[in-house]
Amino acid sequence: MNRILKLLLGLAAVLAVQPALATLSIFACEPEWGALAKELAGDKASIYVATNALQDPHRIEARPSLIARARSADLVVCTGAELEIGWLPLVQTQSGNSRIQTGQPGLFEAARHVVTLEVPQRFDRAQGDVHPAGNPHVHLDPRNIAKIATALAERMAQLNPGEATQYRARAKTFLERWQQATARWEKAGAPLKGMAIVVHHKNLSYLNSWLGLREVGSLEPKPGLPPTATHLSELLANLARDPAKAVLRAAYNDPRAADWLSERAKIPSVALAYTIGGNDKAQDLFGLFDDTIARLLAAAK
Amino acid sequence: MFSRNLIAAAIALAFAGQAPAQDAELAKIREEIKQMKDGYERRIQSLEKRLAEAEAKAGKAEASATKAEAAAQASQSRPASESTFNPAVSLILQGTYASTSQDPNTFRITGFVPSGGEVGPPKRSFGLAETELTFSANIDPYFRGVVIAALTPENEAEVEEAYFQTLALPRGFTLKGGRFLSGIGYQNEIHQHAWDFQDAPLPYKAFLGGRLRQEGVQLRWVAPTPIFLELGAEIASGDQFPGADRNKNGVGGSSLFAHLGGDIGASTAWRTGLSYLRTTPQNRAYDSDVDSLGMPVINSFTGNSKMWVADAVLKWAPNGNSTVTHFKLQGEYFRRKENGQLTYDDSAGSVIFGPVTGAFDSRQSGWYLQGVYQFMPRWRAGYRYDRLNFGTVNNGIAQNGLGPVAADFSVLAPHSPTRDTLMLDWSPTEFSRLRFQLASDKSRIGLTDHQFFVQYIYSLGAHGGHKF
Repeated sequence: MNRILKLLLGLAAVLAVQPALATLSIFACEPEWGALAKELAGDKASIYVATNALQDPHRIEARPSLIARARSADLVVCTGAELEIGWLPLVQTQSGNSRIQTGQPGLFEAARHVVTLEVPQRFDRAQGDVHPAGNPHVHLDPRNIAKIATALAERMAQLNPGEATQYRARAKTFLERWQQATARWEKAGAPLKGMAIVVHHKNLSYLNSWLGLREVGSLEPKPGLPPTATHLSELLANLARDPAKAVLRAAYNDPRAADWLSERAKIPSVALAYTIGGNDKAQDLFGLFDDTIARLLAAAK
Repeated sequence: MFSRNLIAAAIALAFAGQAPAQDAELAKIREEIKQMKDGYERRIQSLEKRLAEAEAKAGKAEASATKAEAAAQASQSRPASESTFNPAVSLILQGTYASTSQDPNTFRITGFVPSGGEVGPPKRSFGLAETELTFSANIDPYFRGVVIAALTPENEAEVEEAYFQTLALPRGFTLKGGRFLSGIGYQNEIHQHAWDFQDAPLPYKAFLGGRLRQEGVQLRWVAPTPIFLELGAEIASGDQFPGADRNKNGVGGSSLFAHLGGDIGASTAWRTGLSYLRTTPQNRAYDSDVDSLGMPVINSFTGNSKMWVADAVLKWAPNGNSTVTHFKLQGEYFRRKENGQLTYDDSAGSVIFGPVTGAFDSRQSGWYLQGVYQFMPRWRAGYRYDRLNFGTVNNGIAQNGLGPVAADFSVLAPHSPTRDTLMLDWSPTEFSRLRFQLASDKSRIGLTDHQFFVQYIYSLGAHGGHKF
């Protein structure tokens, strides 16, 4: 047994040769961070995105492919605020990668660089699946993306000093384009101010806060609980008094509840891409917001 | 400016052809106009200065506002106190209602050496199951610690797991030490409250006493490949079944395992594994057997035990989104070889033969296959088939006419147990679950136990992630 052990260790040492850091190996927890990393790093990074736009980020498991990819990652870009608490800690401890442990620069949590909304007054699971650090779905406000982009470029520069000037230069160009695009979206989205909407899950709060949309109800009775017939009937009754213009859901949300309400309240059911890859138009960050604004404007008519 | 000059010029021209007596008046008017102009200039300049100062102040205010925002955010998420570094604590609350046609106290798996673990069905009627308390925290940048204690319904506190784990070893290695669930197989490392059925599969009950805990050290290595490849080795005291407490220096038991896993598209994830367990038990005794007169006997095995386990698990969900529907298929195959000496001792019972020792070897195997399907949000149904193969058991004492006959080893009577289990569970959230389970258990030779269980499992406190 001792001989086998020594053989194993020797084999492992030979096999695990670490390459020089020419490109950063980035593990993005969600597609929005993968897209952001791509904007900032271009081809100076190899990016693996752990989840896709059709997956509910609350229900991801630490499957073997994620552990294998995290093993070789130099930088993990995730949301934080406990969005990935069901799987990221397991991936970290099982990956055998010392660089991505909590507290190391190889772990980048986007939510730390923005002001979170809906920080709960009481931490009680009877309120549903609430996150103590606030609502974690931070990427749907372009002003947050700008703050996170600055911080992410700095972190990439810190981890890969050889390419630091490239990352910073690309960040500068990206931010310029982003500011222009943000101004354009705000102008185009001006008619949406005050529009009353129903959401499926509280994953659109940052979008609502940015555009001034008014959330009058949600299909989930409490965050994380699936829509029930009783709650939907109550919601329908409330809408008779305080009507909404549309029902919004993310591409990964089950359409049945939204379609039911849309039919009965005679309002459109809008499937927002929510993140990169949610539909054909949302293939990068600019496309995501273009498409989102376009769909909202179409529903507002 | 322009109009004033024009007006001044016009006035001057208008008065151009007047008497010299009005020259003095003209000069006075010019003087007044000049004073007016100067006054206006001064006022405009002071206004512009004030505007510039106000703008500068506004800029500074904005900067300090964003700083205050950031500080507020930071202080919100970091309450400073002595309990800031407390470990994450979570508690599992569970209980059962059981209805069994056979007496749970007479549970045995005929044909297989009793594993001594808590492998029988829960007691009849209502009963509290183990309450699990988990503490985990990062100790420092190099180590993480986990303690899992089980408070049993018999009012004992057991240490299920208590181990440290490295965080900073290079090149994909992780070292774990202390008491921990062995990495062999698939389900062995998964805690009971995360199982898809109330009880362990028959091969786990027969070959590992429910699940194997090691006290020792485990080294794991994850390969830097896109496909998941993990190799692991454990060296331990080997005092858990199939080992036994030895009171000897050195390594009592060891294991090797390899896992391979990956994705097929976005919807399917899989993992397979191969493990090998070796222990050298000394005086591994069991006293639950009776001889042909029904009197208690103590049997004790000394020798070595080698086991191979092959496992596979497949999970499917549409686009990888398990919210509405998903499916999990899981199966493991065990193969065990033991050889050594068996000692039969009826001194506490019939006192006919006294301690008799003979050669003993066995080659036995078993497997299970289970599938669980979530057919709508919150509801899952599952089916499991267990089978153990008696294989070959050469009991030297009975075969060589040393006294006791095969009938005196009632638990080792040739029998290949099987079991069918059906379950339905309802999980309103990921923190609560209610399960109904029906089983037809043929572990005992010639008898079928019809079992009906209702089980509740609740999780409080820190959100623990579940293994794949």
